[in-house]
Amino acid sequence: MIDILSQPWPWYVAGPLIGVTAALLLVIGNKSFGMSSSLSHLCAATVPGKSPSLQYDWRRRGLWNLVFVVGVVLGGWIAGHGLDHPYPVAVSAATEADLAELGVSLGQGLVPEEIYSLRALATVEGFVVMVLGGFLVGFGARYAGGCTSGHGVMGLANGQWPSLVAVLGFFVGGLVATHLLLPLLLGGAP
Amino acid sequence: MSAPKAADVPRWALPAYLLTGTFFGVLLIQSEVVSWFRIQEMFRFQAFHMYGVLGTAVGSAALAIHLLQRFGVRSLDGQTIAVSPKRWDDAYRYRYGIGGVLFGLGWGLAGTCPGPIYALIGEGTLGALVVLVSALAGARTYAAVADRLPQ
Repeated sequence: MIDILSQPWPWYVAGPLIGVTAALLLVIGNKSFGMSSSLSHLCAATVPGKSPSLQYDWRRRGLWNLVFVVGVVLGGWIAGHGLDHPYPVAVSAATEADLAELGVSLGQGLVPEEIYSLRALATVEGFVVMVLGGFLVGFGARYAGGCTSGHGVMGLANGQWPSLVAVLGFFVGGLVATHLLLPLLLGGAP
Repeated sequence: MSAPKAADVPRWALPAYLLTGTFFGVLLIQSEVVSWFRIQEMFRFQAFHMYGVLGTAVGSAALAIHLLQRFGVRSLDGQTIAVSPKRWDDAYRYRYGIGGVLFGLGWGLAGTCPGPIYALIGEGTLGALVVLVSALAGARTYAAVADRLPQ
């Protein structure tokens, strides 16, 4: 059993289980699956300042979501420490070759140590990937009113036209970052 | 209607949300969708994995919403299950496209969206802490400038 759990879960297992996650939140308390509102709740709880959009009772509106987030951290810990992982991540040979050209190698983890670690924070590459990338994730998710979960899964599942626009935007941005920004940053030929 | 308002979360529900989050966190790590490498593979169209995950997630969530509403299932705290629509009118139109592209740029660079950031922190990837703090700074900055941006 643990052997099966420790293999990377195939898409046809992981995807439906994400659907189950969304269904559980609806069944427990009619909550809409979404991760990025937690960023707003954390800001409202700590540094709301004078921004009108952060003047709300985060306990009433966001406590369930923050408890859910604590669960996600806990789940990450359980998976990271209780289950084995066959590293390096078995991406396609084409991806491995493309990344090698950018000087990024598959290591013993889920992210590239060269640009995604505390040590890499002191490098331009690491700073852009983690700090600028993270900033855009937070800014963009709040601007768009949702992220991969809220728009990409829940919005599309609910047939929301605005979510389709947002998801197309996610892909436009991701393609530009992958095929233009990362090669510029990491020194490969675009 | 004596059903509680959406904001009133009964105490017993909090452990249920915690467990659901734990389940989600395990599956995010074990399916490797939290991996920067997998996101690169997706944006390079070099494997079906991420598209399969997202596609079946949308399909199964749609089926769940349909069935829950078709059979009039109430949530455990007594509410009628309903997913609020996203606004699309003169005041709320541009944010989805512009915000979406900005988010996508971040997703491509950092290779992690909000859910995976939390799962990676639990898994022990310390770089994800930097990404979280930066994402919070981004969310805070957005709140400060929101009324000056096209919505």
